[in-house]
Parts: sequence; C-alpha cells; structure tokens
Amino acid sequence: MNTGPSKRAVVTGLGVVAPTGIGVKTYWANTLDGRSALAPMTRMDPSGYPIKVIGEVPDFDPYALLPSRVVVETALMTQFGLVCAEEALLDGELDPAEQPEYQMSVVTANATGGAEFGQREMQNLYAKGPSQVGAYMAIAWFYAANSGQISIRHGMRGPSGVFIADQVGGLECVGQARRVIRNGTTFVLSGGTDSSFSPSGLVGQIPPGLVSLSDDPARAYLPFDTAASGYVPGEGGAILLVEEAESARARGVRPYGEIAGYATAFDPRPGTGRGPNLRRAIEGALADARCAPADVDVVFADGYGVPELDRLECRALAEVFGPAAVPVTVPKTTTGRLYAAGPTVDLVAALLAVRHGVVPPTVNVTAPSPDCPVDLILGDPRETAVRTALVIARGHNGFNAAVVVKAV
Amino acid sequence: MTERRVAVTGIGVIAPRGIGTAAFWETLMAGRTATRRITHFDPADFRCQVAAEIDFDPLAVGLSPQEARRMDRAGQLALVAAREALADSGLTGSGLAGSALDPARVGVSLGNAIGCTELMEREYVVLSDGGRKWLVDPEYAVPHLYDVMVPSSMAAELAWSCGAEGPVALVSTGCTSGIDALGHAFELVREGSADVVLAAGTDAPVSPVTVACFDTLRAQSTANDDPEHACRPYDRNRKGLILGEGSAVMVFEELEHARRRGAHVYCEVVGYASRANGYHMTGLKPDGREMAEAIRVALDQARLNPDEIDYVNGHGSGTRQNDRHETAAFKSALGAHAYDVPVSSIKSMIGHSLGAIGAIEVAACCLAIEHDAVPPTANLETPDPECDLDYVPKVAREQRTDVVLSVGSGFGGFQSAIVLAGEGKARR
Amino acid sequence: MDTLNLDGLREIMRQCVGTGEAVDLDGDILHADFGELGYDSLAVLEVVTQVQGRLGVGIPDEVIDDLRTPAALLDYVNRQRTEA
Repeated sequence: MNTGPSKRAVVTGLGVVAPTGIGVKTYWANTLDGRSALAPMTRMDPSGYPIKVIGEVPDFDPYALLPSRVVVETALMTQFGLVCAEEALLDGELDPAEQPEYQMSVVTANATGGAEFGQREMQNLYAKGPSQVGAYMAIAWFYAANSGQISIRHGMRGPSGVFIADQVGGLECVGQARRVIRNGTTFVLSGGTDSSFSPSGLVGQIPPGLVSLSDDPARAYLPFDTAASGYVPGEGGAILLVEEAESARARGVRPYGEIAGYATAFDPRPGTGRGPNLRRAIEGALADARCAPADVDVVFADGYGVPELDRLECRALAEVFGPAAVPVTVPKTTTGRLYAAGPTVDLVAALLAVRHGVVPPTVNVTAPSPDCPVDLILGDPRETAVRTALVIARGHNGFNAAVVVKAV
Repeated sequence: MTERRVAVTGIGVIAPRGIGTAAFWETLMAGRTATRRITHFDPADFRCQVAAEIDFDPLAVGLSPQEARRMDRAGQLALVAAREALADSGLTGSGLAGSALDPARVGVSLGNAIGCTELMEREYVVLSDGGRKWLVDPEYAVPHLYDVMVPSSMAAELAWSCGAEGPVALVSTGCTSGIDALGHAFELVREGSADVVLAAGTDAPVSPVTVACFDTLRAQSTANDDPEHACRPYDRNRKGLILGEGSAVMVFEELEHARRRGAHVYCEVVGYASRANGYHMTGLKPDGREMAEAIRVALDQARLNPDEIDYVNGHGSGTRQNDRHETAAFKSALGAHAYDVPVSSIKSMIGHSLGAIGAIEVAACCLAIEHDAVPPTANLETPDPECDLDYVPKVAREQRTDVVLSVGSGFGGFQSAIVLAGEGKARR
Repeated sequence: MDTLNLDGLREIMRQCVGTGEAVDLDGDILHADFGELGYDSLAVLEVVTQVQGRLGVGIPDEVIDDLRTPAALLDYVNRQRTEA
C-alpha cells in the first residue's frame, strides 16, 4: 500500500463564507481591495454590551443556499460549513457521487459550537420547561455537527474528525487532513467554521479582556500598531478540498498549492517562567516542509491586536527570519478574528496569493509600533511571486500552530 | 525504519461507583450497576429521571479551590483521572517536570462531546436570570466564561497538569470522541509527533439541558421505577440509554521509551480506524456497514485475524437501533468468530457518558488484558432474539484475554474501532 | 387554540421542520406518510414537540410510531384535547 510521508497533500478546491464575502471570488476581491467588513453590531441590540464593533457575515440567507429541511436542524456555523463545502467541491471539480465513499473524509474545527441555537433552546428549557426543548438541539449545537452534516450531505464515509483547539483549530484540522491523506485517503474536506454571535456567546468573549471595546470600526483592530487595543470578533468559515497529489494530477485539476509543512506547539502554564513556544511551531512547520526561512515569501501573521501578544509574535518572527526580514500581512484586519474559521480563511488567502502572485494588505494600521519591527504590507496589495507562504495561528490558553503552503 | 509501537503505561479512571481504577474494575467485575434516580437536579419534570452519577467532591479528591471554581465538572473529572494515570505510569504524580522527558515530546488528546455544558448551563441561568432574558447581562459574566464556552480549555488544563508542550487538542466527534481521541493519540505517538500522550475522554452530561435533549429524542430509558435495571443492552426489554458521567485518562507511550525506563506496560494499541455512515445524524442503518468497515481496517492495521480476538467491548447503549446495528457489524466483520467471542457492554453498569465512555471502555479493555477477565453485561435477562451473540450476561468471566476490540458509534454517524493486544501478542 | 387543523399543522411543519425537496405542503398531504413528505424520525419528533407545546397535550412514546400521517397526528391530539 502506498502510504506514509511520501504522499503529498495538495489543495484543489476552496470555499469561503467571510464577513468580506460569501464565496471565494467576492472574498478575494474585497480582501485585495482592503475593504473592511468590521462595523457596528446589528445581530443584536448592542446597547447593553461593551463590545460595539464586530465582523458579521452580512446578507447570509441560508434558505437561499441550502434545503429548508437542513436549515432548520443546523446552527449558523454548520450552515457556513455546508455552503463552504459545496463551493470547495465545485471549485475542485469533484462529484462525490463518482468517488469511492471511503476515500472521502471530512475533518473540521470549531471553537464555540452552535452558540445561538444553544441559547435559544436553553431559553426554551428554562422559560417553558424540558418538554419544550426542540428535537434538533441534540444534533445542532454540538461541535461534531459540522463534520456530521457535511459527510451526510455528500456521502463522504472515510475517516472523519472534529478538532477543538481554540482559534488554532482551523489549522489543526488541516494538519489532520494531511495525516488522513498520508494514511491512504484520497480526498478530505477540511476547515474551520464558527459563529458565536448570540448574546451569551458575545458575553463569553468579554472576560479574557482581549476584545477591543472601541466603537470605531477603523480603529478597533490594529495589530502591530501603537494604538492596538485588542481584537474584533468575527464569524465565518472556510473549507479546503485537500487531495492526494497524484489524484489531482490524474484528474487534471490544478492545485492551488501543497500543504507542505505543519507543526503545533503548546505553551507552558502561565507563571512557570518558561517562554512561549510559537517559535518552535514556526520552525517545526518550516522543517517539516524542508524550507529554509529565506524560502518564505510572505507570512500571514496571527496578529492578535493585543500589544503584549503582538510583541511576542514579532519576537518569534525575528528569531526565525531576522528583524523585519520577511513580508508580513494580516488580512483578517478586514474580518476580525473568526475563531476556528480564522486560520483556515488565512490559508485560503495564502493559497490565492500563491496562485495570483499578489499579497493582500493589512488595513487600518497607520502607526506601526516600534516594539513590533515587522515588514507589514500596508495600503495596496503587493504584487510578488509567492512560492512559499507561512500561516500562523494562536489561541487562548497557549495554542500555537503553523502551516507552510508551497506552489506546486 | 522500524515501526514505532504504542504502549499503555498508565491508567486513571473516575466513573460512577468507581473513583480510581481499582474501584472501577471492582464494580465491573461484580456486575454492579451505578444507575439511580438523578440527584444532581430535581428530575421530576423530565421523562427520564435516571442516570449513572459520580459522588464526587472535587476538593476531597485533591483539586484546589481555584481549579474547582474555574473548571467545569468534565474538566475536573479529567484532571483527577490524569493525576492517577500519571502516577500509575511512574512519570511522577505531580507532572513530568521532574522526569527526563522533553516537554515538546509530550502531548494531550482529550475526547469530549458536549464541552463544559454543565457549567455553561449554570452560568447561562444566571446571565439570563433564569431564562427570562434573551439579551443576557454581561455584568454577571464570571472570569472563566470564555474557557467554559471553548472546551479546548480542558485539554489545556491536562497539558498544564503534566507539563505537555507538544500536540494538544480536544477531539469532539460526539459519542465516539473518547475512542477517537485515543486513536488520535495512537497516531501521534506512532508517527513520531510525540513520545508520550495523555489519551483521554471526559464528559459530565447529567444536567437538565442534556437530559432534556435525550428526552426529546425519546432515546432514554423510562424505567424510572427501577433505576438499577434501567439500562439493558441486548435485552428484549430494553427501553433506551441511560446517561452517565466520568473520565478515563491513559498514558500512551512509545514502546521502546517505556521499556528504557522500565515502565509497566498494560498492553499495546495496535489498530484504530473510524468511518462515517454519511447517512443520518442520529439514525443507524441496520446493516452496521460502516462500523464493520472500521473494525476490518483496524484489524488489518494490527495484522490480526478476527479469530484472534478474545473479547469485544461493545457500544451497547441500550437502544434497539444500536443493538441491531452493532450485532450486524460484528457478524459482518468477524464472520463465524462473532458467535464465539464474548461481547459485553459496561454501559449497562456505568451509563453512557458520551465523549468519555469510549476512553473508559478502552481502560476497561486494558484491565481485561491485565487481569485475564472480561466484564459482563448487567441486566441482560431476556436476550433479544435479534441479538444472538455471546453478550456475557450478568456475570464476569475469567478467561485468557490477549487481544481486545472496542467499538463506538455516535451522533453525526461516526463509527470507530480500536484494537489492543498484550505486549507482543499482535503479529508484527 | 382549541383544536389543531391541517392548516395549523402545515404552518408548524413549514416553520419548524422545513419542506422536503419536491414536496408541496399545500397539496393533499392529510394521509401522506411523513416519510414521503421528506421527514425523518427527528423531523417527526420536532413536529410532535411543537404540537405538544402549542396545544399543551402530551404524546407518549407508545403512540408516536403509529402517528405516521398528518391525519393520524391531528386525530390523536384533537381527541386528547376533547377528552381533557
């Protein structure tokens, strides 16, 4: 059996639902233009909440995109996932009905579950009583709903999975997709989706003190800026069609790029005096991809927007690449941090940068912090050949991961 | 390159009527049931009023007041089990700091289906003032609310408990989360991403919202007047599943690594596979096709024939749908040997603890190999004619147990199988 | 609401469980099997939950399997209403 690290995982299809666009084409056009979707909250009355600016997906009508029978039994995160999965399959010209069922898998990530669905049924339970909890609660709010629904919709019966690693989950699942391909599966739909914008979901994001409380959409999320004051939470999803490289060649489908390197590293418990491990994740991903730092054309940074965390990321980048030695961008400044979806959306942007030879800009940052010496791509997108891109993700409690994508 | 092999070198369990591995195994061997009328909340308004609960005082079993405050019950259970597993493995009870291990080579793979539901529900009640407010009050948010909402916080707690700085994640595939987290840990060690992984499952679903969910699905047994016999897998008079709670944590360690430090090896993990039925979020086809495929692939990976299996730990949730499904799967995957090999469900005794149970069942399998004995299916009085295999009714058996298969099946359509073997018993 | 009629049930179905592909809920569905209407076991349970809540009647497990059509469901709950 031809398995093992000799098998290469390439990406042949992309699907995105982002605040900046439903569908890859719109998302990419808006991302290159640096058009931000951060705006005052409309999903609920913001007057009682300290968070004023968020990244909502506007005009998402699930009934126009999915059968009503599926819409009623799914939370928004799952609807995002189903829509992204369909786009990725179309983009990758893959009809699952024509493929062996066990050769297709689904591996997804999310961080907060179906927050709004869960709150609605919780309210039914406490306001009306246990007999008024709907039958779909059990299958809609939980973390496994996305992989389950996608695999059912497309008859994909191979080894599937669901990973939760806070915001790093969106890379963790792609790392797992590559593992599944190395173990012998041909196709994996993989990525993160999240929507936590119910009142209780929003309130849950406040206590760590990392969310920006600014009411100015242009000033709320400013990673690596002297005025950085936290991050803006967003919602969305991205699913990649990850495919074994020989299969893509045999099908005559042009890959966006290869998932060439992946590594994860967890930070020690706060207060132990040991440093964070982001550098090890970056170096691990580069080593895995057999890349030297000098091979990397652009870094899609994590860009928390929290001064201390921005400094730590800059330091890790400087230790690996040298001070301000590699172009860095944070296109998520246009969407906010999408939790588990965020890093997968960044992977989509990185793969599109490889394909089109242009790197999207970081928006709104006007006064780069002297504490953060990075070569940040500001203003216009930068046209440059991208053969190798690095995507970085971090999450609350010490999760770190990095993925290297390479042109094929 | 020689293949890296994966040993189980430590076990910690906290289960109903089984705080600690020794008490857990004693309960199983005695065939005692832990199902009882729910005490965690007043179940009077619920269709099902029975669950398998743990009498658990977090402070009494060694958690600090802050750990007890900030962590959901599921996280607390996992931490207690992790400490037992680490001490059992000889990698020091207080963590790995004192050992020669490189923290980067230590990981955590924690299975969990429903996150920090128990604490989330309690906090929701306060935030919403008892369900009165849709626009909940931010001023009532507790400092750890984010960690309650995003359950990878529990994997982080386990990592901190042992100083792990390698691959750390929560695996959440519904009711197969436990078995799949172990499968993930197995792959991490086998492929060389880590030398030691805490392989675990935890869940604490005995709270109103989860009991109400299963009520609405009419999936739970309604034998409220006979709680001790409420869960009856493979029995014609079964009425449904009974929720349980608990956690099991195992130390998965690269075999040579374990041998070098002279660790006790319970058994080896030799095969794992999962499949999705791609059919229905809760429904199962009676043919058990995808579970059978998972079993075949796991055995293939272990290079074992079906007739080498000495014991099967079944999913045995206590629903007719499941019993037919897995019985068909065993017949399809194991052939004639399905009729010879003992199969039992420990959910009959300790309930279905969702994302924990897969790990707890594998812990039971490790102990079955260790003690050459297999646990029974409690409450199996009147076998269902559709379930015509040897389901080990009521009484445990002492028997040579070298190779064990454990399976799981869950919402989302996931079907998983894992194979364990006494050290060196699998053909290599 | 004293009793539930077919239009009331249609509204519940449309709102809470959606419409199956190529199914016309406004058509002659009174005696159609829920399965033919594109409703799986979960969808039927969701309809039952909604009907229970709106009419304040309980529908025990033993009868659910027999309530295979809108007619059977309406007949059962309306009988419970008049007997109550």
